[in-house]
Amino acid sequence: MNRPNDIRIGFYVCHCGHNIAAMVDCPAVAQYVGTLPGVVLSRDYKYMCSDPGQELIRQDIREFGLNRVVVASCSPLLHEQTFRSAVEAAGLNPFYFHMVNIREHNSWVHTDRIRATEKARALARAAIERVVHHKPLEIVKVPIHPDVLVVGGGIAGIHAALTLANAGKKVYLVEREPSIGGHMAKFDKTFPTLDCAACILTPKMSEVGSHPNITLWSYSEVVKVDGFVGNYTVQVKRKARYIHEDLCTGCQDCIAHCVYKEPKFEDLFNEGLGKRKPVYIPFPQATPQVVLIDPEVCLNFKRNKNPDGTPIVSDKCKKTCVEACGEKRAIDFTQKDEIREIKVGTILVCTGFKTFDARRVPAYGYGIYPNVYTALEVERLVNASGPTGGEVLLREGKNPDGTPRKPRSIGIIHCVGSRDKKTNLWCSRVCCMYSMKLAHLLKEHTGAEIYNFYIDIRTPGKGYEEFYNKLLEEGTHFIRGRVGEVTDWAMTPEEEGKLVIRVEDTLAGVVRRIPVDMVVLATGLEPQADAPEVRRLFNMSCGGDGWFLERHPKLAPVNTFTDGVFLAGCCQGPKDIPDTVAQAGAAAAEALALIDRGYVEQEPNTAYILEQECSGCKSCLPLCPYTAILFDEGRQKAYINEALCKGCGTCVGSCPSGSIVQKLFEDQEIFSEIAGVLAGEPAPAEPS
Amino acid sequence: MNTASASVPRDWSPRIVAFFCNWCTYTAADLAGVSRLKYAPNVRIIRLMCSGRVDPQFVLDALSRGADGVLIGGCHPGDCHYVEGNYKMLRRYQLLKRMLADLGIEEPRVRLEWISAAEGEKVQRVINEMTEQIKALGPLALPQKFAEWDREVIALARELRARDAAAGPCPDRAAPAQPVEALHA
Repeated sequence: MNRPNDIRIGFYVCHCGHNIAAMVDCPAVAQYVGTLPGVVLSRDYKYMCSDPGQELIRQDIREFGLNRVVVASCSPLLHEQTFRSAVEAAGLNPFYFHMVNIREHNSWVHTDRIRATEKARALARAAIERVVHHKPLEIVKVPIHPDVLVVGGGIAGIHAALTLANAGKKVYLVEREPSIGGHMAKFDKTFPTLDCAACILTPKMSEVGSHPNITLWSYSEVVKVDGFVGNYTVQVKRKARYIHEDLCTGCQDCIAHCVYKEPKFEDLFNEGLGKRKPVYIPFPQATPQVVLIDPEVCLNFKRNKNPDGTPIVSDKCKKTCVEACGEKRAIDFTQKDEIREIKVGTILVCTGFKTFDARRVPAYGYGIYPNVYTALEVERLVNASGPTGGEVLLREGKNPDGTPRKPRSIGIIHCVGSRDKKTNLWCSRVCCMYSMKLAHLLKEHTGAEIYNFYIDIRTPGKGYEEFYNKLLEEGTHFIRGRVGEVTDWAMTPEEEGKLVIRVEDTLAGVVRRIPVDMVVLATGLEPQADAPEVRRLFNMSCGGDGWFLERHPKLAPVNTFTDGVFLAGCCQGPKDIPDTVAQAGAAAAEALALIDRGYVEQEPNTAYILEQECSGCKSCLPLCPYTAILFDEGRQKAYINEALCKGCGTCVGSCPSGSIVQKLFEDQEIFSEIAGVLAGEPAPAEPS
Repeated sequence: MNTASASVPRDWSPRIVAFFCNWCTYTAADLAGVSRLKYAPNVRIIRLMCSGRVDPQFVLDALSRGADGVLIGGCHPGDCHYVEGNYKMLRRYQLLKRMLADLGIEEPRVRLEWISAAEGEKVQRVINEMTEQIKALGPLALPQKFAEWDREVIALARELRARDAAAGPCPDRAAPAQPVEALHA
C-alpha cells in the first residue's frame, strides 16, 4: 500500500477518570502506540474532552507540527465532534482526526485488564494505520426548509406547534383523529393542582385552530416521507369526513336534524360510555369545530363497500342534515380521501400512547363484571361534559326507585399492565398520581369509601408527595399489595351483590377480602399499536419495549437517529403532562435551532466515481435508493450526484472494478484498519 | 480444513473482526457499554456507515490476515437507515457463504446479524456465542497455512526438478533459469 510521506501523528489515550483507566492500562497503550511508525507523540491524559485536554491537542499540533490526530476515549457518537473542532481550531483539517472507542466497546464491557489492554492496543493500532490515509475534506452545507411538520395533536404536538408558530415558522399539524386534544382532552382534572384539564387545553386548542402560521389537518395521516434533514417531502392523507372543512361553521344544525332522533352509536371519545349520531362532533371543544359523518352507520351510505374499502353512497336517506345545512352546502357525500404533498425541513413526532387493554388481565374482571372500569372511563364519568354530566353512576345495579345507583365504596387497583412480568415491565409513571387524583374526585362526587391497592406509591414530581399526603389526610385507604383477583363470589352476607377484591396486605401480613361497589383499574401506558409502522415511516428506532428511541437519553433526549426528526411526549416513553410539555418545548427549540441556522452540515462521507476506472457496467445504478448514481451515455461512465448521495457506501462495496470511493471510508482506510486490528502478536492467553 | 487444531497453542484465543453499521449495531454496542454488559474481549469493531458498505473483500482480507472469524452487524430488515443497504449485504453474504464453504472455511466463522440500536443484549449474546463457537473450531490460522502451502508447493517443485534432472537432458527444454522459490513468489 502506498503510504503518504511526512506523516506526523499525535496519539492521546483518555483515562476518563476511572472509566477507562480502571480496565485499560492507559500508559502502556500510550507507550506502545508511541513505537508505531509515523507517531510523533503519544500521551495519556485524565480527561481528553475537558478544556485542558483539548488545549493539549491544539498546543501539540502547533508545537510538534502534527498533521494527524488520534484520540482513544469514548464512542465517536459522543465526542467525535468535540475533537474535530479542537483539531480544526489548531488549523488542521478536522477530517485528519480519528477516534477510537475504548470505553463503550472496551473498558465498560470487559473484566480482564490484560485482555482489555491488548484490545485497546489493537484498536489504537488500527486507527494509527487508518489515519495515515485520511484526506482533507470539506463539510457540505445544505439549505434547510423553514417549514415544520408536527405529527400528532395531543398536548405535546399542540405545545410544540404553538411554540414554533409563535417563532414565526410555518407549521403543519397533522392529527389522526377528527379533533386535536389527544388524551388530555378526555381528562377532567390534572394532578397535583387539580386544574381543570379543559381550562388549560381549550385555549391552546383554539389558538392552534386560529393561528395564521399553523395549517391544522385533523382526520389526516402521514403516509409517506421522503428526503432528508432540511428537505423532507411528506405525503399526508386527508381522510374524507364528508364535510367541506372550509364551508362548515360548526353550527351543528345537521346533528340536530339527523334522521336519527336519538344518539345511537358508540361514542369513542367517551370510551363507549355515551352515544352519538352518524353525523357528530367528537366533543364540545373539538378543534377544528367541524362535524364529520361516519359512513359505517350513516343511512346515506351502503353497508357494503367498494373493493378498495371506500364507502358507496346509497342516496337512500332523506338527508335532513343537508336541508339543515342549507346554503352553506358543507355536506358532500361524494368526498374522497385526498393525498396532499408538503415540503418541510424538520419533523416533530408526537404520536402519544395508548392505554393498556385491561382485558389482558382477566383476573381483574374488566369486560366480565360491568362495574369494573378503566381509569380513562372514570375520567369521562367525573367530567362535567362527559356522558353522565359528571355524575358517577354504576353500569349495573339500580336504586329501589329504578334510577342508576351511585357507588358507596370504590377500589382503585394500581399497576394494571405496569411493573408486571406478564404484561409490561415498565412503570407507567402517571398511574399513582392519576389514581390518587381520581380517588379525590370520586370521593368528592360520591362521598364513597375509597381503597387504593398499590405496590409502591411513586410520587416523584413537584408537589406530588404533598398531594399523596393530602389524600392520606382525607381518609382515603391505602392498602399495599398486588391484587390477586376481583370476584363476585360472596363469602359473607356483607359481600352479597358486591365485587370482592382479594389482596395480600403486605404491610399487615394478611390476605384480605374487601367488598366494593365499583372497581377502577389504573391501566398503564403502552406504545401505540401502529408504532412499528410509524417508526419505519420516519426512519426512527424503537427500544425493546416499543417506545421510540431517543438519540441519547441525556445528551440528545428529543433527537432521533434521523437528523431533523425529533420526539416529544409519550411516544418516547410514559410521562405526565408537565414533562410532556417541557419535552415538546425542547423539541421545538431543537427544530428552531436547525431552521434558524439556515443550513445543515452534512458529514462529507459521500461517494464519487473514478472516471478512468469505471467500466460502465451499470451494476451500481440500481443499488442506490436515492438515485444519486447517474449514467453518462456518451462517455459510457457512471457518475454520482453528491448532493443526493447519503454516504451509505453500498455502491462502493459492490463495484466490480473498485472505481467508487467513499470519502472517510475509502477501501484503503478500511483495509488498513483491518490490518491494524490483526497485526502484531495474537491475543494473549485466557486467565486460567 | 482445520488441520491446525491438533497443534493449538495453549494460549490461543480467537480474534474476530466485526463490521458494524453506525446506526444500529455500533450504537447497540455503545448501549451494551453504557449498560455495563460484559462480553468476551475477542471482537475488534470497525465502524461503517452501513452494512451495505461491507465489501466481501473486507471479510476475505480479514481472514487472510489471521482473523479467526468475521461478524457483520446490520439493521433489521426494513429498518435500514439507507432504505435497503442491509438487503444488499444479505445478497452478498449469501454468495460469500457458498464461496467460503468451497474454501473449507466453517460456516460459524463468518456471521451476519441484524441488531437494532436498542439491542445491547443481543450484541453481548452474539459476541459470546460466536467466540465460544470459534473456540470450539480452533484457529483458522490462514497466514500460517499459506506459509505451509507455499512450502509444500516449493518442495513439490524441487522434487519435480530433481526428477527431471535425473531423467537426463531433454532436447525440448532449456535449463531452468531461476530457483523454485523465486518461481512461486
